[in-house]
Amino acid sequence: MGFEVLAKGNNAMRLLEGLGVAMRISLISVVISIVLGVILGVLVELKRPFIMAFFRVYLEIVRIMPQMVLLFIVYFGTTKALGLNLSAEAASIIVFSFWGAAEMADLVRGALGGIPVIQYESAASLGLTRIQTYRYVIVPQIVRRMIPLSINLITRMIKTTSLVMMIGIVEVLKVGQQIIEANRKSSPNAAFGIFATVFLLYFLACWPISQLAKYLEKKWEN
Amino acid sequence: METILEIKNISKRYDDITVFEKISLTVKRGEVVVIVGPSGCGKSTLLRCINSLEDIQEGEILLDGVVINPTSKDLSQVREKIGMVFQSYDLFPHLTILQNLMLAPLKVKKADKKETKKEALELLDRVGLLSKKDSYPRQLSGGQKQRVAIVRALMMHPEILLFDEITAALDPEMVKEVLDVVLSLAREGRTMVIVTHEMQFARAAADRMVFIDGATIVEEGDAKEFFDDPKTDRLRKFLRSFSYD
Repeated sequence: MGFEVLAKGNNAMRLLEGLGVAMRISLISVVISIVLGVILGVLVELKRPFIMAFFRVYLEIVRIMPQMVLLFIVYFGTTKALGLNLSAEAASIIVFSFWGAAEMADLVRGALGGIPVIQYESAASLGLTRIQTYRYVIVPQIVRRMIPLSINLITRMIKTTSLVMMIGIVEVLKVGQQIIEANRKSSPNAAFGIFATVFLLYFLACWPISQLAKYLEKKWEN
Repeated sequence: METILEIKNISKRYDDITVFEKISLTVKRGEVVVIVGPSGCGKSTLLRCINSLEDIQEGEILLDGVVINPTSKDLSQVREKIGMVFQSYDLFPHLTILQNLMLAPLKVKKADKKETKKEALELLDRVGLLSKKDSYPRQLSGGQKQRVAIVRALMMHPEILLFDEITAALDPEMVKEVLDVVLSLAREGRTMVIVTHEMQFARAAADRMVFIDGATIVEEGDAKEFFDDPKTDRLRKFLRSFSYD
């Protein structure tokens, strides 16, 4: 079945390291996305026409453009056009954060806009100050709405990191390909074993996260 | 009886729409004033102005002789004294029933936690919802939520309660359970201003009735007289619209 290749040399370890690269890129990008996304989302919810127009264009670009094209633009394009020498990993973190910040901002905007005015009013009429209203009433509701959604974004990012091998990053999928190539003669079936393992690794990385999202969603459904 | 709320010649306008014009109303301690009128006559807006959720363009509102307006520095303190229950269920969905009741006393009044809890449980028991103390609002029916909302307002020991069409969004079979609570509060001498469309309830609860139409108070008076012997044509017509004979 081709699983025997895993036992050769340090192939199994290399695959895990490849997964590590993928996880590192996605987690750093997620953190940047959350920070930028929250700031941008709050700005958009202020409903200033200029910010809203900017955000719409930004969001459309992110949604329309395949991530791979963005990767190519940032990695190959900037080197020539701007004379910047970005590492492949930096380029992919920029692209993933660019994408994630837009999605996060949209989530934040939706969560903020989805809190009915009456929640602010009833808190105010109980004598809560503006700050207390946000602290005890509004923000907890927003966090509850957003955490499950942003966890889904994390799993999508982990999956999408498989694209970064196109700009030369040796992540789990690329490692798999290398192993298959190197063992083409001795284990012609390696492709199945290796890709099945890669599948399993992605599954193991994403499944607990999406279970957590499900759990929180259930716990917090209002 | 001592005057608790005094509304003096207030006017409310949005751009070129006048919601009401030069309305004056006085509420004494322990009095239950029920405001009725056709939809859109501004009766809900009037309540919201008392609580400074809306600003007014003219006149002034005094609670215990102190002027209330949306720019007051101590607006939060004034609102502590005014309990308000809204038409839409406005409980905080992320908190349990008990937490909903205890939030404002603990955070705003810095009240003692044990005493607050004891009081919350007593009041819940009184409205028949003690078993729901650890439930979340989504697990309650509309009528149960409104009863909790009333208790939540009571928890702040307000001097006056404002009820803004609190049964208008309820299924008919739940209206009575909520109004019974309000009626029992009326009987124990709470000061209340109630906006409602439930005429039978108004008759049972009100010390004084106020009829608003066309941006102004058309008629006000003792509840019995108001219903049995209306003085103005407009009120007669309005009251007739509720009967089928």
